[in-house]
Order: sequence, then structure tokens, then C-alpha cells
Amino acid sequence: MNVVKSQDAPVATTAVVNGMTVEVGPRENVIQVARKAGVEIPHYCWHEALTVVASCRMCLVEVGETKPDGSVVMGGKLVPGCQTPVKPGMVIRTDTNKVKTAQAMTLEFLLLNHPLDCSICDQAGECYLQDYTYKFGKAKSRLNEPKVQRVDKYHIGEQIALFTDRCVMCTRCVRFTREISGTAELQVVARGSVEEIDVFPNKPCNNKLAGNVVDLCPVGALCSKDFLYKKRVWWLKSQKSVCPGCSTGCSIEVDQNDNRVYRLRPRTNPLAQGHFMCDEGRFGFRYIEDNRRLRFPALKASTSADTPASHHKNQAPLAMNGNGQAHSPSGMKVASDLAIVDPWPNIISITRERIRAAIKMNASDFAAVLSPMMSVEEAYLLAAFLKGLEPRVRLLMGPIPIVGSDDRYPKSVTGEAPAPGNAKFTIRAEKCPNRLGVELILKHFQGAVVPIEQAVAGGTDIKAWYFVGGYPHGWVTEPIEAAVKDPSLLIVQDIFPSPLSMRADIVLAGGTFTEREGSFVNHAGLAQAFHPATRAIGDARADGRILHELTQQRGMFNAAVLRQEIANHIPAFKRMACGDLGLHGVRLFDSREGLS
Amino acid sequence: MDTKNSTKFEPILLSRVGRPNSTSLESYRADGGYTALGKALKMSQPQIIDLVKASGLRGRGGAGFPTGMKWSFLPPNVTGPIYMCINGDESEPGTFNNRILIEEDPHQVLEGIVIGCYATRATTAYFYLRYEYGRCYRTLQKAVDEMYAAGLLGQNILGSGYGLDIHLHRGACAYICGEETGLIESLEGKRAWPRIKPPFPAIEGAFRRPTVVNNVETMACVPHIVNRGAEWFQSMGVPKDPNNPRDAGSYGPKLYCISGHVNKPGLVELPMGISARELIDDYAGGVWNGRKAKAVVPGGISMGFMSADELDTPLDFAGPGRVGCLGLGTAAVIVIDDQTSMVDVLYNTCRFFAHESCGQCTPCREGTAWSTKILERIRSGHGKLSDLDLLLEISNSIGTIPGTTICGLADGAAWPIKNALTKFRPEFEEYIRSGRKSEAPQLAGAH
Repeated sequence: MNVVKSQDAPVATTAVVNGMTVEVGPRENVIQVARKAGVEIPHYCWHEALTVVASCRMCLVEVGETKPDGSVVMGGKLVPGCQTPVKPGMVIRTDTNKVKTAQAMTLEFLLLNHPLDCSICDQAGECYLQDYTYKFGKAKSRLNEPKVQRVDKYHIGEQIALFTDRCVMCTRCVRFTREISGTAELQVVARGSVEEIDVFPNKPCNNKLAGNVVDLCPVGALCSKDFLYKKRVWWLKSQKSVCPGCSTGCSIEVDQNDNRVYRLRPRTNPLAQGHFMCDEGRFGFRYIEDNRRLRFPALKASTSADTPASHHKNQAPLAMNGNGQAHSPSGMKVASDLAIVDPWPNIISITRERIRAAIKMNASDFAAVLSPMMSVEEAYLLAAFLKGLEPRVRLLMGPIPIVGSDDRYPKSVTGEAPAPGNAKFTIRAEKCPNRLGVELILKHFQGAVVPIEQAVAGGTDIKAWYFVGGYPHGWVTEPIEAAVKDPSLLIVQDIFPSPLSMRADIVLAGGTFTEREGSFVNHAGLAQAFHPATRAIGDARADGRILHELTQQRGMFNAAVLRQEIANHIPAFKRMACGDLGLHGVRLFDSREGLS
Repeated sequence: MDTKNSTKFEPILLSRVGRPNSTSLESYRADGGYTALGKALKMSQPQIIDLVKASGLRGRGGAGFPTGMKWSFLPPNVTGPIYMCINGDESEPGTFNNRILIEEDPHQVLEGIVIGCYATRATTAYFYLRYEYGRCYRTLQKAVDEMYAAGLLGQNILGSGYGLDIHLHRGACAYICGEETGLIESLEGKRAWPRIKPPFPAIEGAFRRPTVVNNVETMACVPHIVNRGAEWFQSMGVPKDPNNPRDAGSYGPKLYCISGHVNKPGLVELPMGISARELIDDYAGGVWNGRKAKAVVPGGISMGFMSADELDTPLDFAGPGRVGCLGLGTAAVIVIDDQTSMVDVLYNTCRFFAHESCGQCTPCREGTAWSTKILERIRSGHGKLSDLDLLLEISNSIGTIPGTTICGLADGAAWPIKNALTKFRPEFEEYIRSGRKSEAPQLAGAH
């Protein structure tokens, strides 16, 4: 049996960066260790998710080692920090003249042929060439000769444009298409100082992850055409959010200004998707400002007259056309004929009374359809409210949108997907963010998950319905529409008009993911919080607030507080007890067994 | 110095050059060829490596790394293939020794390769050949075909049970493919961007397998070492400096390429350590037109310049370094006469490196192009004296010696600038002050 010698000289586990001692983790390079010491080592080509090429030579540092007698021996040469693994006892210097001179020289080299067109460059404000030049560079170039002229390549991809002359040849984008997407459209052509990033003729970079090269580009060379010239980045405010596009649940930043979302960017989350996001999610957010959105709550005229709130009916509706029909600004009819628009407090109380009346009549006739687009908190509020009124109320799972099959990357040369275990990125077929979270709520409140398709198959006796939508696209299938033929009560809470909202007694205009707050549970049981970035469109309201008021909770809707309550009531969510799920979210289960 | 008697030196590597039908297997065998292979196949692998180590053979490709030591870096007990790459991408300006060896006596090189592969347990050899060497390619292919037919390649060579395949691979005209990891990348079908080390090729090289990369001339020496022994090899050249423990000595014969402003350019084989002056006067018929040498390139343009005062420097592995040059390089001596402007020479040099920089590392990519532009401006009569300091600053900040690049191309680009500006600075200053334009014909653009 081997005996570990523990009483020998203590093994150093730390390194020294500019005189500061920091712990060294396994497989960490100089840049990462220095970051822990609060020392920024500038770098372009190195990226955590990509292979190391050590070619930009921006991260040059001096390293040395501590000898057993305590003396420090520095190496004679500069070494790239990205390529140098840190061993315990290593001494790293970034503040010597040698390092500073090399940093300034590399920046001067990089800026030699750079057009310095920051004033019209989208990257200005978040550009590493700018930032590093301010921190580490010289104010003046000594180039007296003409710069290399290059032609911009607007054609390089459907979503991306290449401003060739701004490129610093870090090849992050090339490595991304080879290592992460596997599609390998991008490459370096020519040689020396005239080399460029390019694609093969008529083979543009249009893979489903192509948008990531824009984020990877440390300078303004690769730009998103969707965002191009739309906004200076320093006006943008970022909010931490989660992409609702599929059950991968990519962590994202929502960049907005003046209540308008300009772009989504992936936020690094090792527990969720890693560093990237797909173009479907990245560019697929425009529905949030669609003209067809439901912009106000609406009530069928008859409904209004029958309710205790009928004294409001003489009030002027918020938006009516000449025929007394509610319309959206696009002119599209959003609700049933003779609908009137009532202010929210009336609608909410009318809704509550109608639900109570319907349940009193026959509780087993009442069904609420929860959508996988809902947050855990929203699903909890609705389920707890209805089951609290009467346990026989039925809770159904709304339609789960499935498109094709899971799309895994990197693709092979022949375009084949890797085995699930080897995938570096997966776009999931399940195009909703929170099936798992809603299912856990449903399981808690009624033991089983009953999909709506199952409930309406072969006819149903349900007479009163509470539908929650929130899907970016149409979701009312024919069987559902047929089942809701002649309802005694139809409440629809959604963001878009649908065949159901047209016939609804009450339409509650909800919010999209940028307007709400809450948490989604992704395919792997990771609960992540998303925060509101914009106000709801028109007179629509975030679903959390609607349900909060409908269920007569105290105070204001606060997802973090509600999460603590959920964690206390439902064992499956007990890990959300902290309320704040942090930047990376919380895994609800240790293994996938909890998910089944 | 024992090279004083070098006029009596009997060529070894070039001994069969010029003979009729020297490329055929038949004539090579008639001259005693492939006896070394037979001998080597009866030795154990460590014995051959020890023999090559004992001979002091250093790589002839430019860096002068001890060959035996390189072979011993391969990890022991490797399962799976080991590869040997033969670097025939002879692109250093002024260098043509490999070309003559391949064109005139391919079997000598191939015998060395088979022995080297046997010693390193490599089962596949890739002969990476410069694209421009079409005749070499045809000669080699013929020789390899002959060897397969004679059972000197393929399975069970000479009944020893050892098998080897040799593949010829032609490059696509890039200087950088002569860098060993650039060569490997190119061989794999990629852009010849040198790799970062570690891992070194001996651990992970071609196709992610342990790989040895050797120069053509190095391999041509191997059969002679096997036949005649390490002591014979050490009887030639310059012994190691006892005062410098890092000096590995310069042993054996060396092919010196002489070109430039001499009466009789060509290739001569001499023991290591001959001086440039002897080469020019005794073997190249002196500087042409009765002129004097102004500068001499010791071993390919990337090694820098020796001035006229330094012509007695012995051209061994250590000699050129003592006068501020980068090293012996490929021992390609280029003579520049006293009527030539060093500004033009340096411009042409920089233009070459700007064209050949692979573009991977920022300092080399931009530094080589920038220095070319500065020299272009000086040549057009618009130079400033401060340009010279700027050129020196650029040359001091690129290369593996300061640590700012991955491979040594930038060192080769920087050294001629450093040497020219320190050894010929008055000429540059005078040129700039006079404001005159270059009289040399305009060269085609680098790009």
C-alpha cells in the first residue's frame, strides 16, 4: 500500500502575480491566474472555449520559478500567458519594462494598418483594440507609409459582415467555425500583412451558430448586420436573462435602450450552454415588438354586463373602433365581437369572480392550461390559486412545441452531428424554455402531468377554460380549438391573438420574456432567473403581475421572494431557497433521475 | 586549424556527383551503396542512435540540433506509428545543397532515411519536397520505385523483418514550410502555420503521432557514419570548445553553397570550419570583376551579414555567432561586392521576409512588412535618420529570441536588419543624408 508522505516540505499551491499571491487551480493558464489576482493581461486570440494558438502575442509576460531555496529565477524570454500553464510556485510579472514595451509594440503593430474609423465602428465602446490601446498602448503610430487597403466583405454571411481592415487576425472566428460549429466556412487567405479572413466563393458563413463570431471578434471586424449602425453600445443597458427559444436555456444579456431591445448576447454559463447561443435565439426576439401583439386586456360585452363590476361599463373603453370592436394598432381584431376594453383592476376582479363562479358551478368542468412558456413562479401562482379554490380543478400541460430533432454541434466534415456526449453546443427541438419547471409544478399539485392533447382527445367534458399562451408563434391546434367549442367560460392569457382569444370571454394581455421576471428550468434541470429588461408593450402586463393580482397576493410581484416560498412548499424546488439564483442558476437535481 | 589542408579533401557526400548514371540503384550499389543499411539492420536501434550521438552529427537544416539527441527524444514504448519527415523544402535564399544531393545521388539520401527510420522505429517516412524542385521529385520518385522493386522499401527490408514506406510530398511554394512544425501542418493538408510548442514533434507531430523531422543533408551523412564510424566523422571539422559546455562541436563534412558576386558560384564539400575568405578565394574564383567583398552572408540570408573584416570567421556552427550573425544556417554563402548598396540588399532581404511571413504572429506579420515599407521609402529618397533607430527597434522586438513569435522566421527577418544597421550604419546614414534614389532596378512588389 502506498503511503502518501504528508510531513515532507509543504507543496506550494500558489503563484505570485506582480507580488500578489494567488491560489492556482488545475489547468489554469497565466491569464486566468492573473485575473484572480486582479491583474488584467491583454489578449486577443485566446478564448476559453477555443484552442490555444498564441499568435496575437498580446499576452506576453515574464515568468520565473521559485527554487527550493526560496530564490526566484526569471526566464530570459517573454512568454505568451495563454500558452503557459501555471505551476505552483510560479512567479508572473506583467509590470516590468520588458513586458510593457512588448505590449505597446504589439499594439502598435496591430494598429499599423487599422483604419482608426472608431467614429463609425459598431464595436467602439466595447472594442479591445480601443481599450487595450488606452491601457497599454502608445498614443501615436510611427508609420509614415500608406496603410494596406482592404475591401470590406459584406457578403461573408447572411447575418454577419466583415470589415476586413479592422481585423487583427486573431482567428477566433476561424477556430469557432472549425471547433464549435464544425462547419469551417471561415478561413485565412493570403499571407503576411495582406492576409485576410474570407469564405470560399458562394459558400457564406450561414450556419446556425454564425452569430457567435460577432461576439468572439475582439474588434469591429465582424459585425452583426441585424445590429449594424442601430445603436452606439454605450447607450445600451444590459439585463441578465435566459433565452426562451429552446430547452437549452442559454444564459443571455438583453441589451436595451429606451425600452427597445437591440440585441441579445450570450452570457457565459458553464452550467447551461457554455459561451455561445444559436442564431435562432439571437435574432429571433423581434416578435416582442410585433404589431400584432395583444396590447390591452379585453372583455366580451356580455361578460362585462353580468359582473359586479358592470358599473364600469359606461366608462370609455381604452381602444375601440367605430363598431365597438377592440383592435390592435395593426388593425387586427384581437378579441371577440362587441368586446370592450376595461382597465386592469376591473378585468382582474371580473376574472377572479368568473373563475370562482365557474368552479362553484362544477369544479371538475374547470381546466387551466399551463404553458411551457410560463415561468416557474407564474405556474405556481396559478396552480396554487386554482387548487386552493377547489382541488378538483384540472390542470393541463399546454402544447409543447417540438421542431425537428436536437441539432448538435460541431458537425463533421460531412455535416453529421456528433454523439450527444461529444456535443459542444445543442439547439434543442423542444422550442420552449420551461416544460420541466411547469411539469414539476403540475406534479406537485395534482400528481400527474396531463397534456392538453390527451385531455381533449375524443371529446371532453370541460366547460370552463383558463388558457395561458405566451408562445411566439401560433399554438392553438385544431383539436384544442374543437374542444373549446361552446365554453361556459373562456379566459385567455397570451401575447398574440389566436382563434381562442377571438372567442374568449376575457383576454389578458401578457408579457414576453424581456418584460417578465421569473425562472426557467432547462432540459437538464437547471433553474435560471431572468429579469425584466423592458416595460410591457402598450397596456399589456407581465404575467407574473397579472397572476399576482388575480390571486390577491400581498405587495408587489417579486420573483425572488416567490421562489423562496416555492422552495419551502415544493420539495423539487428546495434548492431555490436562496431566492436569488445567481448568475449561473441552480441545479434542482444532482442526477437526471430527478427529471423523469 | 585542420581545415588548412582542405584543398586535399576528398568529397564524401558529393563523391558520386557527376558520375554517369549516378542516380540509379545499380550504380549506387556498384559503389558500395546500401552496405550501411545492411549493417545497420543488424544493429539494435539504440546502438544506431548511440553511434549517431557519438559522431556529433548536428542537423544541417539550419538550427544545428544534435541529430542523435533528436532521435532519442521519442517516447519509449510507443504503440502505434512513428513518423519521419524529411525536410526537403529548401527555400533559404542561396541554398541548393539538398537539391544537388537529391538530383545527383538520391540513393545516398534514401539509404540514410531508411537507417534513420529504422533507428527511430518509424514505419512511414514523408519526404517533403519543395514544389519548385521538379527534377528532384522525378529523380526521387524513380529511386523510390527502384527501392521498392529491389526490396529496400516495403515490408521486410533485406529480410530484417523491418518495414518502411516512403511517400513523396510536394509543397506549394512557401518558405515557412521549411519550419518543422509548419512542414507538418502543410503535410497534413493545412495552412503551414507553425505550431506552438510544447508538444514538440517528437511527442506529437504529424497526424498527432510522434514524429522526427530531419534535413536531407543530415540523412545523407548517416550511411557514412554507419559505415566508417563515429571517430572517422569526428576526425573532420571543429572540435567542441572545452571552455563552453554548451558547444556541441562542428564535426563532419559540410556542403557549402557559394553564390552572389563571385567568379565561380557553386557547391563545394569541405570539412566544417572553413572560412568565408577561403571559400571565396580558393573555391569560388574570387570576387567578380576584380572587386572586393563588402559583405558576406554566412549561411542563408536569415543569418545576417558578415562585414569584409570578418571574412576569416570559421563557418562552423559557432563561428558566425561570434561575429554577431544568427548562426551557420544552411551554410549558403552569398557574396556582396563593394559596388552594391547595402540599402538595396537589405530592402531585398526584408521584402523576401515580408512576402514569406506566414502571418500568424502579429510582430512578424506586421514587423516584416513595416520594415520593408520603411526601406522602400529610404530607397525612394525620403528616408529619415530616425528610421534607422525605428528599424532597429522593430528588429529587436520580433522573433523567438525576445520571445514574441512562435517560430524563428522573424529572427531570420530581424538579423539581417540588425547586422546591416550595426555593421554598415555609416553607409545607411550617408544614403539618407544624400537623399538619393536607388539605382537598382525596381523589384516586383512583394505582394
